[in-house]
Amino acid sequence: MDIQGFRILDCALVAIATGVKAQTLRELRDKLKTAHPGCFFYHFWGGLLNPHFDDPEFQNDFAVWASRSLHDSKISEKFAVIDPYAFESIEDVRQELIELIEERLSETEYVPWAKTGQEFHFIRSQMVVFDTGVTYMDPAEMLNAIPSMSLGSIFYHFIDARRRTEHRKNDLSLWLAAFGDTYEKLIEDLDNIDPFFISLTRMRREITNAFNKHLKVDA
Amino acid sequence: MESLLEQYARIVGNEVVDHLRQLAEPLKGMKILHVNSTKEGGGVAEILNRLIPLKQELGIDAEWEIVTGEKDFYQCTKKMHNSLQGTRDDISPSLLKTYEETNFRNYERLRDKLLGADLVFIHDPQPAAMISQCSERRNKWLWRCHIDVSRPYRPVWKYLREYIKSYDASIWSLSDFAQPLEQPMYLIPPSIDPLSEKNMPLPEKEIRDFFRSWGISHNIPVLTQVSRFDRFKDPIGVIESYRLVKKYVPVQLVLAGGGASDDPEGEQVLSEVRAYAGEDPNVHVLELPPDAHRAINALQRGSDIILQKSLKEGFGLTVTEALWKGKPVIGGDTGGIRLQVIDHFSGFRVNTPEGAAMRIRYLLKHPEIRKNIGKNARQFVLENYLITRQLREYLTLVVGLLFGSEEKIELKMYER
Repeated sequence: MDIQGFRILDCALVAIATGVKAQTLRELRDKLKTAHPGCFFYHFWGGLLNPHFDDPEFQNDFAVWASRSLHDSKISEKFAVIDPYAFESIEDVRQELIELIEERLSETEYVPWAKTGQEFHFIRSQMVVFDTGVTYMDPAEMLNAIPSMSLGSIFYHFIDARRRTEHRKNDLSLWLAAFGDTYEKLIEDLDNIDPFFISLTRMRREITNAFNKHLKVDA
Repeated sequence: MESLLEQYARIVGNEVVDHLRQLAEPLKGMKILHVNSTKEGGGVAEILNRLIPLKQELGIDAEWEIVTGEKDFYQCTKKMHNSLQGTRDDISPSLLKTYEETNFRNYERLRDKLLGADLVFIHDPQPAAMISQCSERRNKWLWRCHIDVSRPYRPVWKYLREYIKSYDASIWSLSDFAQPLEQPMYLIPPSIDPLSEKNMPLPEKEIRDFFRSWGISHNIPVLTQVSRFDRFKDPIGVIESYRLVKKYVPVQLVLAGGGASDDPEGEQVLSEVRAYAGEDPNVHVLELPPDAHRAINALQRGSDIILQKSLKEGFGLTVTEALWKGKPVIGGDTGGIRLQVIDHFSGFRVNTPEGAAMRIRYLLKHPEIRKNIGKNARQFVLENYLITRQLREYLTLVVGLLFGSEEKIELKMYER
């Protein structure tokens, strides 16, 4: 069987302000209707590659804002569990956010608002993807390479991959699947890495652990 | 001799530096010109001093020029600076005329370089008007704003905006600061340089010697706030917090700030602070010269808790410096402090002297928690706020500007 090698790509993000902001939950709903599609990727995942606090509680900016600035824990909790990759498209994610807000606005007696200076700023990002020129033919060769892989590569192959692959998988699992059943257990462990609530550094460590567990000679 | 990139690799890891090298590959040989108003003093010069040689090491033909002017020019740009930060300070037509003429003269002097570069970065308002002379340009110009423009005095912003809107793109430190403009507005927060005198590791003996020279004891916990003597930094509130704490725990307070000779209000605030501190031997008000980077480094490293109890703050790089040194920070709930200080993780955000006092007592009582918070804090800065991250974003932005405006740009091997 002729299996192509795994080419390591890398990426970097830069954030771009859209100038659109919301101060109340109702405004957030209205601005979400027309927000640039790139904003959703940034506010759900961009924090992993851009200066951002590795927030112990929330991994998307909508939930963080609802909690810290609107002080509305109900809507914050609902935002927090949204997994954008569980939806068919960005438009569906947009719709889900709007519907959650509609629901919250219908049950609350006042419109949650943030203080001036604590508005939600819609930000989008631009991503540059580049080829590192490194290709691996054998998964075992990657054992030593993964711990020193750039966080940009981890982001590209594990986070970005989920928006461009058919079954929302990471690139490594898809490549390993081409070897038939040989790496079935490793694929299972890689697929089980939950990108929510962890930093890219931690994700790299978990991928390394999975490779060590299944491919290290003495394992 | 070890190259600059190799020195950074020792701190941030080889993979971060390799990443920069690959990102810079398509930009090799490109001419990038930075223009600001000073080569010494101030955060912009500090960062350019390091960014230029780093870009050169990556194969980019980076250069740095400054605009020069007479006293009236600087008086005008100082007023612009204050107005952009929200002070209502009208600028007379004659000062604005000086501003325009000075920009014109500098444009004439730098014309060849400005037109010969592939990309021109103009920093802050001082050189911003040069673009109006440059109708024949074929290169791209970016305006880099280092100032908190979240609530500018509108007439002054309106005047400056006429120049800014001619730029191909602008760069802002925080989304709160970005003003609505038609061009792409990139967001790139500032950073600190771990190799600079202000942030490099120091020998314990040197720290002890500094403390001895200031008369600060090593046996009593030290709380420190490093900032200009400015009411927005709330130095009086910091003394109030200290007084609330010392009823329960022996503690020393250090308020350290730069020289206030060129700032009449600074002098006034400093004398108010001295008067309020009175004769308390455990309150140390230190007036340090602007280049006392090593002393500030020692002060931050030798302190137990760092305070930045600002009522209004831009990004707050003094907070970043303290976190990098593994110190918990108790900061005002404002501006960029909100991005850096998270309760129980890197310190605590507070709104009152009472709140600060409570958090100080909590941290002094729990040295283990203080240590863990310090560890988180350093890791956070390592991953987010060192100069290598800022350089990465500059390079990404440049690639973006050159290769298209789409959300995702895929560079092929042959392009590199």
